[in-house]
Amino acid sequence: MHGENGEGKSERAMKDLKPQGMKTQPLGNSAPSRPTGLTTEIQARIGHQLRAMYDEVVRQGVPDRFAELIRKLDEPGAAGIPKAEGSE
Amino acid sequence: MPLTNNLRDEILASVPNLRAFAISLSGNTDRADDLVQETLLRAIANIDSFQPGSNLPAWLFTILRNLFRSDYRKRRREVEDAEGTYAQRLKTQPAQGVHIEFEEFRAALDKLPQDQREALILVGASGFSYEDAAAICGCAVGTIKSRVNRARSKLSSLLYVENADDFGPDKTVRAVIGGSGG
Repeated sequence: MHGENGEGKSERAMKDLKPQGMKTQPLGNSAPSRPTGLTTEIQARIGHQLRAMYDEVVRQGVPDRFAELIRKLDEPGAAGIPKAEGSE
Repeated sequence: MPLTNNLRDEILASVPNLRAFAISLSGNTDRADDLVQETLLRAIANIDSFQPGSNLPAWLFTILRNLFRSDYRKRRREVEDAEGTYAQRLKTQPAQGVHIEFEEFRAALDKLPQDQREALILVGASGFSYEDAAAICGCAVGTIKSRVNRARSKLSSLLYVENADDFGPDKTVRAVIGGSGG
């Protein structure tokens, strides 16, 4: 936990641009040589996996039941539609 | 505004994203599809309250999120026939290797607090701006940002930190390659 002392601040700040909330967790086992916080590499990987998971569903398109549902609702006299609550 | 053909098409076009959001939130395909169905019904029933020209996907996501939040349980009568067949279809999708990786990621995602999970999905997967995500969740932009950051940190520590040298696709592979028992 350095950084508060004024001298040489700018130099250090340039070299040592860690994100603020980054924790250095003690690793009991053979510690990897890279930093253990939220590196950009890990961030990118998380983003990639999240989108991969999400897009897999998006790619399935519109299931028939929903197309059917909208079509039915469009017919005159379609009733039984619930009112609000979740719509604000 | 009234339900024009155009609007109806736009609503329908949002379905794939709504489903992806619902599945990411609930982790359960059946429940997700019920949520989407309920969202569509509510949206159409309350279409007068939609402001023309405003963000339709964000409006729909808000409805879905609120339904999910209110711990939606009741099942609509119309749903009953469809859900079995649909779940079946999902399970027979190919690409098993990919699915193993999803499972692991999915499990980690499920460990996040709900606030963080939804913020991360909205921003990181649905592609909403921080501002839209804040509107959908009914909170400040700064709150969304910090939730997203915390979600990423948590996922990082759940998935990667202890295996930081090995980004292998699944546990088995990691175990074999790494032998990192220590």
